[in-house]
Amino acid sequence: MLCKRIIACLDVRDGSVVKGINFKGLRTAGDPAELSRRYNSEGIDEIVILDVTATIENRKALALTIEAVSNEIFLPLCVGGGIKDEPTAHAAIEAGADKVSLNTAAIAKPELLTDLARRYGSQAVIVAIDAKRERGKFAIYVRSGQQPTNRDAVEWAKEAADRGAGEILLTSIDRDGTKSGFDCELTAAVSEAVSIPVIASGGAGTFEHFVDIFEAGKADAALAASIFHYSEHAVADLKNHLQSHNIPVRLMRN
Amino acid sequence: MRIALIDYGAGNLTSVRKALSHLGASFETPAVAEDLSHMDGVIVPGVGNFKATAALNNNGWRTAVRAAISRGCPFLGICLGLQWLFEGSEEAPDIPGLGLIEGHCLLIHENDDQVVNLDRKSALKVPHVGWNSLHHTRKSWVLDGIREGDQVYFTHSYAAPTNKDCSGTTTYGVEFASAIERENIAGVQFHPEKSGDVGLQILTNFLNRVV
Repeated sequence: MLCKRIIACLDVRDGSVVKGINFKGLRTAGDPAELSRRYNSEGIDEIVILDVTATIENRKALALTIEAVSNEIFLPLCVGGGIKDEPTAHAAIEAGADKVSLNTAAIAKPELLTDLARRYGSQAVIVAIDAKRERGKFAIYVRSGQQPTNRDAVEWAKEAADRGAGEILLTSIDRDGTKSGFDCELTAAVSEAVSIPVIASGGAGTFEHFVDIFEAGKADAALAASIFHYSEHAVADLKNHLQSHNIPVRLMRN
Repeated sequence: MRIALIDYGAGNLTSVRKALSHLGASFETPAVAEDLSHMDGVIVPGVGNFKATAALNNNGWRTAVRAAISRGCPFLGICLGLQWLFEGSEEAPDIPGLGLIEGHCLLIHENDDQVVNLDRKSALKVPHVGWNSLHHTRKSWVLDGIREGDQVYFTHSYAAPTNKDCSGTTTYGVEFASAIERENIAGVQFHPEKSGDVGLQILTNFLNRVV
């Protein structure tokens, strides 16, 4: 049976893992390769490296981070933040990323999804959508949640899938960093509208939140950062919890 | 030992390279098909559309791979590399596979027996992405040390049929061949280079067979 995936997100700035609340107020949480090693031994299913500054000067530091993680962790690795064209996607993939995630650039230039899917395969192209509840709809924001667009998350998810995206990484801006639970309504709306997998993000605070997002939220995968960063064994404990709720998860061999 | 990792432009080889390097294997990506005659093992990786395997039908690759297999070289096909061993795929019907294994790859679909209510929309998402379990159908060198139910990472929309050469199956909608094996020929639909310790064990099994 296909397992529900648990994904750890490493928000990286200048080679260090940081984590903010509501996209602001970053504080440092460690070395990416060291955290990845720990997550790998705890049974994480996938790792996302998100370059939260995404400036040109940082691209070299980012490549080194991707290399450091992918040289020793043999799990799917996705990189996002500042992927704006074929060269930036290529640099991340060359450094060891299996997938790249596009957000602002995909909205601005949707044909980029098709170009990248043609070159690397759809499995390598993730569309990241940052959505916020507004007037009964799910409005998309770009530029790290700072800039509103007139796009609707469900509509854009469908278009992105048609254009060649292989997965959707859906973040609730309202819930991000709040630990008050994933936005199940948002996730279910997108998940039911597309046939590609949807990764839910934003709001993980308790193990029960993960049960909710897989059941009510119809997510294929769930992503979190701080819940894993600051406590040891959280990944293994979470998976045991999910298994006890009959949610299929990948368990480590003893 | 010389191992050829064939680069025919179907996706990115970095992950396979990194996993092989981590295991201490020396390998090369031959520029021309003739180089295969000096190799002791052959890996055909690949991800994406079956159309990409058309490149393997040109410039002597097809003949060279068949020759390497005939002289007993261990062969490992990964993902598209497994599918290429079959006669073809409905993803690109005009492009013939290598044809060493019988059957055609088909789009992943819901098992008809399980559709109880025709009005209900299929819950099966395609592509099949994520970790799923392996069921052993017989003894296999490439799956040596892999336990029943061990989980591996998949990402694909088309799947190979189960037949007499199938050594491992996985179920998603229908049961498909997630591992095939005949003498020195092996293929896996999942990505051993992305399947943690279980995947590294499978790559090690291949390397051990080459020595």
